[in-house]
Amino acid sequence: MTHVRDQVDALYRTESRRVLATLIRLLDDFDLAEEALHDAFAAAVEQWETEGVPANPRAWLVSTGRFKAIDRLRRDARFETGGSPMIDSLEASPGPLRYDDELEDDRLRLIFTCCHPALSPDARIALTLREVCGLTTEEVAHAFLTPPPTLAQRIVRAKSKIREARIPYEIPERAELPERLDSVLHVIYLVFNEGYLASSGESLTRADLSAEAIRLGRLLAELLPEPEVIGLLALMILHDARRAARTGQAGEIILLEDQDRSLWNRAQIDEGVELVERAIQSHRFGPYTLQAAIAAVHAEARDAKSTDWRQIVGLYDVLLRTDPSPVVELNRAAAVAMSEGPAAGLALIDSILVRGDLVDYHLAHAARGDLCRRLGRVAEAIVSYETALRLTTQTAEQDFITRRLDELRLTAPR
Amino acid sequence: MKYLCLIYDDEKLFATTPKPEIDKMMGEYRAFGESIKKSGHHIAGYQLQPIDTATTLRSRNGKVSTTDGPFAETKEQLGGFYLIEAKDLNDALQVASRIPSVKTGSIEVRPIVEHPQANAQPAEALAGSSAA
Repeated sequence: MTHVRDQVDALYRTESRRVLATLIRLLDDFDLAEEALHDAFAAAVEQWETEGVPANPRAWLVSTGRFKAIDRLRRDARFETGGSPMIDSLEASPGPLRYDDELEDDRLRLIFTCCHPALSPDARIALTLREVCGLTTEEVAHAFLTPPPTLAQRIVRAKSKIREARIPYEIPERAELPERLDSVLHVIYLVFNEGYLASSGESLTRADLSAEAIRLGRLLAELLPEPEVIGLLALMILHDARRAARTGQAGEIILLEDQDRSLWNRAQIDEGVELVERAIQSHRFGPYTLQAAIAAVHAEARDAKSTDWRQIVGLYDVLLRTDPSPVVELNRAAAVAMSEGPAAGLALIDSILVRGDLVDYHLAHAARGDLCRRLGRVAEAIVSYETALRLTTQTAEQDFITRRLDELRLTAPR
Repeated sequence: MKYLCLIYDDEKLFATTPKPEIDKMMGEYRAFGESIKKSGHHIAGYQLQPIDTATTLRSRNGKVSTTDGPFAETKEQLGGFYLIEAKDLNDALQVASRIPSVKTGSIEVRPIVEHPQANAQPAEALAGSSAA
């Protein structure tokens, strides 16, 4: 009977993270809950063949997982002296399934625990992808170009900190929520960017990670529809909508202004724009919503020329007030260059570099090179592009800069 | 669950701080101490003498060596601690975030290892070993 096995496989894909989230609460231990989850699904394959699929498979899996964990603890306890207070308290606990709300809360508990600021940023990402998204350790390691043993060690250390320092399995209280939510959003955005920008290596887009981040964003927006959650989801969807146009056939980078906009995903743009509007109407939005609004202005323009650059500069102004950073300043400078001309943009970039900010950031030098090129200052453009080339580790970006340099050297006077 | 909150501050900075500011900080520490006693978090808390009063001991191959000063020179020095009882790490972090030195130095929060068996029957264990 392959039929039951197929059903269990399908259930694993849709339900395993929910069941795990609840088992972690009931068993108060990540490792025990993971073992219980696998035991429960193994039991489902066996028992459902003869007994049929239960009316509420999720409830069945949770309660079976819980019993399997108690069995496991009992077996282990036989080899130890003394009783196990944990078994007693587990057996005494009330029935595992309460309301559906409670179960949805478990998923939020899992997200907030995996993204707890007491864990290192690397560990938060690894743990979130493994526990919340259900990726294997090998998959996470591969996506982040990290050796699997290093990644496994990172996860072990994070789980041990959760246990030993007693990081609680709970949704933060109102007062803590903004800071804790920031940490969650940051993790999701880093995962997205790792997939979208790929900080090193050959492939410019590792689409799986971006898709995973969007899935996480959707889940969070459903569980906790705060304006910035919706803003981040909009931002990711709007960026992702341009995916097909971002690289050429040989994998080379195509800049926003040169992209074939007919390749942009209209359905995603419509959804993204709608989400941005929803977030902005809340009047409690922050940097993610503002960045999404900028992406929406780009998405709605037919080409680079007809883009409402003034509005983009205005949005960057607001963004600089709420979340000042040299990178935002650089992006604003690029928008100013489009609305007021390359000289105005170049002056802004130079003022950032003179301060000593972004001197090691390849995109600052690439942007400077581009503006010098447009102004006909070829020698300066070459120097900036050469600096950018030295600073980038990403193959596709190196190729792009090399192409620009070749073009410039052809026009340069000898 | 017990947590040790270690208070790190720059002693040099402290030495040059004007007296009214030191008094103000001491007042804040007194108020903080009162508040965690009232909330039931407090177990113990002490300020340490500066690190030039520290002595470090090592014993290697049966030979004890004694050296002047702390184990490692750092920009911030351990200046005091609180031992607190907290529900979980969030609760402990919430308490630690109110320690006045959080504004000038840094606070390290470390969970205390609790040995269940040792705590459960310490008297019996001791009695057993002395009888043997």
